[in-house]
Amino acid sequence: MEASTAPAGPAPGESLREFARGHPQAVAFSVIVLMVAILVGAYGLHEVAQSTLNGLTLGVVYALGAVGLTLVYGILRLVNFAHGDFLTFGAYMAYLVNVTWGMPLVAGIFFAMAATALLGFVSERVMWRPMRAKGAGWLHLMLMTIGLAFLIRSAVQWFWGTQIRTLDVNITDSVSFLGLRIGQTELVVVVVGIAVLLAVGLIVRFSLLGKQMRALSDDMALAETAGIDTRRVILYTWLFAGGLAGLAGVLSGALTSLRPELGFELLLPIFAAVILGGIGNPFGALTAGLVLGIATEWSTLVIEPRWKVTIGFVALIIALIIRPQGIFGRAKEI
Amino acid sequence: MTAPPPAFTLEAFTNLGFWSGVLVIAGIYAVVALGLQLNVGYTGIVNFGQAGFMAVGGYSMAILVLEAGFSFWLALPAAILITMAFGVLIGLPSLRLRADYFAIVTLAMAEVVRLVAQNARGLTGGNKGLYCEYEGASQTCFDDSWRSVSDSILGFVENFWSDPEVLLPLLLVVWATVAIGIVFLEYVQRTPWGRVLRAVREDEDAARALGKNTFLCKLQSLAISAVLGALAGFFLALFLATIHPDDYEPIVTFFAFGVLILGGLASYRGVAIGAIVVWTLLEGTRFVELPISEEKAAALRFAIVGLVLILLMAFRPQGLFGKREEMVLGD
Repeated sequence: MEASTAPAGPAPGESLREFARGHPQAVAFSVIVLMVAILVGAYGLHEVAQSTLNGLTLGVVYALGAVGLTLVYGILRLVNFAHGDFLTFGAYMAYLVNVTWGMPLVAGIFFAMAATALLGFVSERVMWRPMRAKGAGWLHLMLMTIGLAFLIRSAVQWFWGTQIRTLDVNITDSVSFLGLRIGQTELVVVVVGIAVLLAVGLIVRFSLLGKQMRALSDDMALAETAGIDTRRVILYTWLFAGGLAGLAGVLSGALTSLRPELGFELLLPIFAAVILGGIGNPFGALTAGLVLGIATEWSTLVIEPRWKVTIGFVALIIALIIRPQGIFGRAKEI
Repeated sequence: MTAPPPAFTLEAFTNLGFWSGVLVIAGIYAVVALGLQLNVGYTGIVNFGQAGFMAVGGYSMAILVLEAGFSFWLALPAAILITMAFGVLIGLPSLRLRADYFAIVTLAMAEVVRLVAQNARGLTGGNKGLYCEYEGASQTCFDDSWRSVSDSILGFVENFWSDPEVLLPLLLVVWATVAIGIVFLEYVQRTPWGRVLRAVREDEDAARALGKNTFLCKLQSLAISAVLGALAGFFLALFLATIHPDDYEPIVTFFAFGVLILGGLASYRGVAIGAIVVWTLLEGTRFVELPISEEKAAALRFAIVGLVLILLMAFRPQGLFGKREEMVLGD
């Protein structure tokens, strides 16, 4: 992945500390390997493999949410507190199709992705573009995203109430392989999630749109000078971010249940993935999201499961204190 | 579905019980937002962790009284010191970060506080919250001392007002705090230290070039804000007569930001008026007869706050009393 763009190897005699500073990915990777080794030593390979598999389901939700959030953040410097509620919106759109209209979940997923993409698109046209034209600062935009988050959540609460709802998914059957068990729905979530994440990675890496999005995220003015139609790319970015957020919401809803706070509760861990991955870096966000989801599940081996939600926050705070530019970011962006 | 609310009448607005409730909650939010004003409006640090400071203040007060056997009056200053130390602890690493990172990390901090309150059941009572401790037949509640003071104030008031509102003593204390807070902060703003804060907001590098310790100033600003958060935490605990993790959700901070923005950045008095306007609006809607369930009415109230935030940002970012020339934030 991005590892190839890391600074050149250390000169002989360079201290370990400087090596660590220049190779954050290597350090992060070693820490993870060390953690796995300790966990396997303490709890056995089977337990660790099982919790990794469980963690993957959460990881794909985080990763899907984080890719869109990081692109919007990187390109527009918009701290989108409504992104979590985009997930909620997507989940309830799938509920509408899947439960209210009784159509298969696949149709619900596509509808949710399209509807949430449209939501992102509309928010750009109605709110963000006019506000940027007015020269609004990031704090104004951020407070507006909070207002938008309130609006989306209250709309959901208006139409569906606060009671817990579930999508029409199979929650009883499970599949066994290599001695590991995974619920049928969890398996579908992991397979769909990984497939989409791979596609996202390929699109961002190789397609023209992906290159343009990364160029904007790197330097908006330079991208504009290079002849990129930034308005169009920004609109596509919102469609992209919204669609992925919608999917993440549906997958999260399928794994657990639907309630108006669903997305907001996922927002901070997703932010953690965005910052760990380096703001504006979709590959970083994707990797960090997966790792964070898995690490959250690993934590249940060591601490009581009710504490596991704090892992994302703690990771976020530690990351910001030790290395605010993230594992994949560069210091100049801070 | 509850019974339909009473028809909309002006009776609600002449009802003293209604107004004392609104004014107490508005006063609590004014205290919270005064801290935000110092941080956001005058120092340019976007603190999203006020709910966390409120929780630390409220919980440490209650735990000191119930578990450590402190007297209520000793627990208050101790809890203020704890919250202040917590604010400094949070500020030390995070104030060096970019403003938007700081916003996210303070929000995460507040959520960690809330999750700890929810899960460290031995200390905080978890989801049952904290109120009284029972030992045999006797019970100790964290607000025993306050209630005896409150009763003696009410007894005094009864000399010339036959049936006083029970919330009156709390209302007086809360708004006295708001008034003192405004006088103190407006004074502080005119001192050299206050001018450095503004300089930090306008251009931190320039202030640093002039030899000012901008980091220390920001840390002090955050510590004062944490103290105001702790005070608001006490008042909320006394108002609700319980301390529960759900009362310290990030939504509290967001509502306080709504108060701050409506009142206007860089205006302490505006914050007090903004708080009254916001809570009169929110609570007043309870008296409007709508053919909808309580759940939908709650959603509607929530939507109003969201809409107010969006419209203010779009059309009047300086709020009711803010100064446009002080709106440099976020450039």
